Amino acid sequence: MKLPVDRDTRRRWIDVAMGVAAFVCVVIAIIPLGSILLEASIRGLRSLSPALLTSTTGGGGIGNAIQGTLILILLSALVSLPVGILTGIYLAEFGKNRLGAAVRFFVEVMTQVPSMVVGIFVYSLVLELGLIGLGSPRLVFSTISGVLALSTIMVPFVARTSEEALRLVPIAVRESSLALGIPRYRTILRVVVPSASSALVTGGLLGIARVAGETAPLLVTAFGSNDWFRGLDQPIESLPHTIYVWATGPYVAQNQAAWGVSLVLVVMMLGLSIVSRVVIRLRSVSR
Amino acid sequence: MAIKLSVESLSAWYGEKLAIQDITMDIEDRMVTAVIGPSGCGKSTLIRCLNRMHETIPKARVEGKVLLQGEDIYAASPVSVRRRIGMVFQKANPFPTMSIYDNVAAGLRLNGVRNRDELDKAVLGSLKQAALWDEVKDSLDESGASLSGGQQQRLCIARALAVKPEVLLMDEPCSALDPIATAKIEDLIFDLKKDFTLVVVTHNMQQAARVSETTAFMYLGKLIEVNNTRELFERPREALTESYITGRFG
Repeated sequence: MKLPVDRDTRRRWIDVAMGVAAFVCVVIAIIPLGSILLEASIRGLRSLSPALLTSTTGGGGIGNAIQGTLILILLSALVSLPVGILTGIYLAEFGKNRLGAAVRFFVEVMTQVPSMVVGIFVYSLVLELGLIGLGSPRLVFSTISGVLALSTIMVPFVARTSEEALRLVPIAVRESSLALGIPRYRTILRVVVPSASSALVTGGLLGIARVAGETAPLLVTAFGSNDWFRGLDQPIESLPHTIYVWATGPYVAQNQAAWGVSLVLVVMMLGLSIVSRVVIRLRSVSR
Repeated sequence: MAIKLSVESLSAWYGEKLAIQDITMDIEDRMVTAVIGPSGCGKSTLIRCLNRMHETIPKARVEGKVLLQGEDIYAASPVSVRRRIGMVFQKANPFPTMSIYDNVAAGLRLNGVRNRDELDKAVLGSLKQAALWDEVKDSLDESGASLSGGQQQRLCIARALAVKPEVLLMDEPCSALDPIATAKIEDLIFDLKKDFTLVVVTHNMQQAARVSETTAFMYLGKLIEVNNTRELFERPREALTESYITGRFG
């Protein structure tokens, strides 16, 4: 006679099996991330030196690329965060109508446009505008058009994450503010937005991280440069562009150094994220 | 008896759905009026129409009049109406990013009051009125979310009182609280009616009997009966009221 396997034992085994399966999947998911960080650290640290960080790409360093990436990110964030967050506020607070649905649809489509297409779009837009006398065709390869391309990618991204962040604020919070006789705009600006601030910052950071690594659109807009920043109307270097050029170039030394550049980019993003998280925490504690 | 609020043939819809139908009743000044009835009978909708919160829901609409001391609140601006007729909700909902102090001060601050002395005084007064001062006086800078459920609800009451409303609407203020916290809120309701007119929605009939002078019974969007609380519970005029209060349905 066969012993019946009782249900409790079977359940316990299924529980263990599911736990193991989940753990294995986590490991599989972490392997690529971990190996990128590890590989970039091991190979990159060797090629890092003070000279690399301070001289220009013309002189074998990446100082101008770091500077360029910071300028591009800063300017794009200045353009995209206000526009994106305000769009998000519109969608979350006033977007329950046809116009809102249309805007939401366009924003969604725009987040899925390949970044190369955005690059070509900005390239031809600036060129055409230059040809009819608005600006100049020379601006095609400039900081301005680079910022324009990155902002085109970033605005819809920030708008979507902001909308989602604001939607997570419970309706009860809005209602209790309105019930105090606080006008709607103040309810949104002083109660709803602060309640979502940490998610809004996370969205903004993800947006920045998203464009900080963009290479394709910059190839046809910011173009790249071997010099320090020379003005908004001039081409500008960026870290992803340097990585692209060096990693695919013919010189072994540059191929090696590209790892170092990657490490710098990764560390910059990590630093940005840590700093802003600390800022949020300090702000919420001091209140 | 002075009448604070009169409701005249009030109906309210959510989109196409009629939620309350042709309600007429008076609410007396500095008394507690309880609104009872089974779930979905429209009691929350009724009080949300009394300070124009109903219309904040998309596609919701209202017909009829609500007079606050003779003035139709639907002819005034919703913002000014809500300052005179405050509201406390079912679930305690302190503003999550604000301290206890800031929560109570929010209504005044966001209506433009900057004077620190005035704010301090209002916060102190409202927290005392809400019987919360002794429990939080040393932790005014801590987050409102750090309080217990009952304390959070009293914080919300203090927040509503800080803008000095004339009427306070309470939408099942104790339904998420334990019996001890509920007793504290009920004591508070008893104290508050010295200075305010209160309308309390509850699905707890004992609570209505304990705290109110007048009780209104609603069923399926209609006002079935409104009477002196004692009369309503001891000698209901309507058969429907009797079967509800004796527990035959609901």
